[in-house]
Amino acid sequence: MKINVNNLVLNTKILRYGQKIFLSGAIYTARDGAHKRIVDMLNNNEKLPINIKNIVIYYCGPTFIKPGIVIGACGPTTSSRMDFFTPRILNEGVKVLIGKGTRTKIVIDSIKKNNAVYLIATGGVGAFISKSVKKVDLIAFADLGPEAIYKFEVENMPLIVAIDSDGNDIFARNN
Amino acid sequence: MRKIRSDTISNAVKKLCAEANFNLPVDVLKALRKNVVLEEEKNAKDILKEIIENANIARKERIPLCQDTGIANFFVKLGKNVFIDGKNIYYAINRGVSMGYKGNYLRNSIVSDPIERKNTNNNTPANIYIDIVSGDKIKITFLPKGGGSENACALKMLIPSLGWCDVERFIVDVVSNKGKNACPPLIIGIGIGGDFASVSLLSKKALLRKINSKNKIPFYAEKEMKLLNIINSLNIGPMNLGGKTTALAVFIESRPTHIASFPVAVSIQCHSCKRSTIVI
Repeated sequence: MKINVNNLVLNTKILRYGQKIFLSGAIYTARDGAHKRIVDMLNNNEKLPINIKNIVIYYCGPTFIKPGIVIGACGPTTSSRMDFFTPRILNEGVKVLIGKGTRTKIVIDSIKKNNAVYLIATGGVGAFISKSVKKVDLIAFADLGPEAIYKFEVENMPLIVAIDSDGNDIFARNN
Repeated sequence: MRKIRSDTISNAVKKLCAEANFNLPVDVLKALRKNVVLEEEKNAKDILKEIIENANIARKERIPLCQDTGIANFFVKLGKNVFIDGKNIYYAINRGVSMGYKGNYLRNSIVSDPIERKNTNNNTPANIYIDIVSGDKIKITFLPKGGGSENACALKMLIPSLGWCDVERFIVDVVSNKGKNACPPLIIGIGIGGDFASVSLLSKKALLRKINSKNKIPFYAEKEMKLLNIINSLNIGPMNLGGKTTALAVFIESRPTHIASFPVAVSIQCHSCKRSTIVI
């Protein structure tokens, strides 16, 4: 099923856990370092470098871009390291999370409460995923290197719905 | 004595950095292809196909297999009749890493201090383990290891009288609780014996073995097969979405230990098992 980011952030109910989707639109990378900094800034009432309301966050730290290509390897990193920050981020209006692996119950509850959705990409296939990225812009926190926030314009990025807005969890069978 | 210039070592390491990060080893690819056929679950089949396609793109276009181009581990067999001319071997290898990561647009994933967390911007320092052997050659094996799978590794000091059952339970627990999020299908290196420090290195060295290789000791060879079967019946599957392919191999390595001790270490390697070797 093909899904556009702009439609998805306004209505996450269109996705059910277990579905395979192809996502197109703008997504923002943020992993450990960027999460810590965003939450610190929120706690200090500082203005964030981007408006995070109704955006898609992708847990990813890409490789350097060699000349002649859009982006290097850019697969997902382990989501559970972001669990500590996620409820806060979702309360601030982030609607869609993309990463890999299981989430805690606190995160699942927060996804449900905020009508958000958690999508997973295949880990360890960063070269394959790079083919879905059509444009890259550095947005903020350049000093964090691979952990900076980048805006990716993606086209038909292959993903699976892992936790839907009703809190159904694809990993539940093993937890 | 055979004289080898330290620059020669740096240049060899630079090559290894590219080779490992762009080329999935043939034995790993073969095992993946075999499991695509064996898998019945759709998600499992699709993911294994993506992993194989990823390896093709990486090799042809020289894009890293995974964005996590790893902490740089080197296992060196240094011939006792080698004289290294110029800088020392640690400097030479680190210089090669710096050149190899920069020159190939690989990600710098090392921070200078675990609390301060400032990127060193050249992926050094590397972990360098040197064994002195006979001869006049240097054999360098490079294993860049991703952080996600490294975080799933574990070590436990067991009670000697409890024997194999406890080892098995510990390993299965590690895979079920932590390995499932470390990008399965996994390669699992087990160290048993030695002490706290040596057992973890033993488990890491086990990851250098080729898929389908067997432990020389029949007892451990049998346990490797048995553990692989148990792990593949957990229904974790590729990316923890269910299926039979949770691990591609289990490798056990053992060494003598203290009468009071029974250390066991589990090194978890994700499917992006990057390794390359060069002999100078």
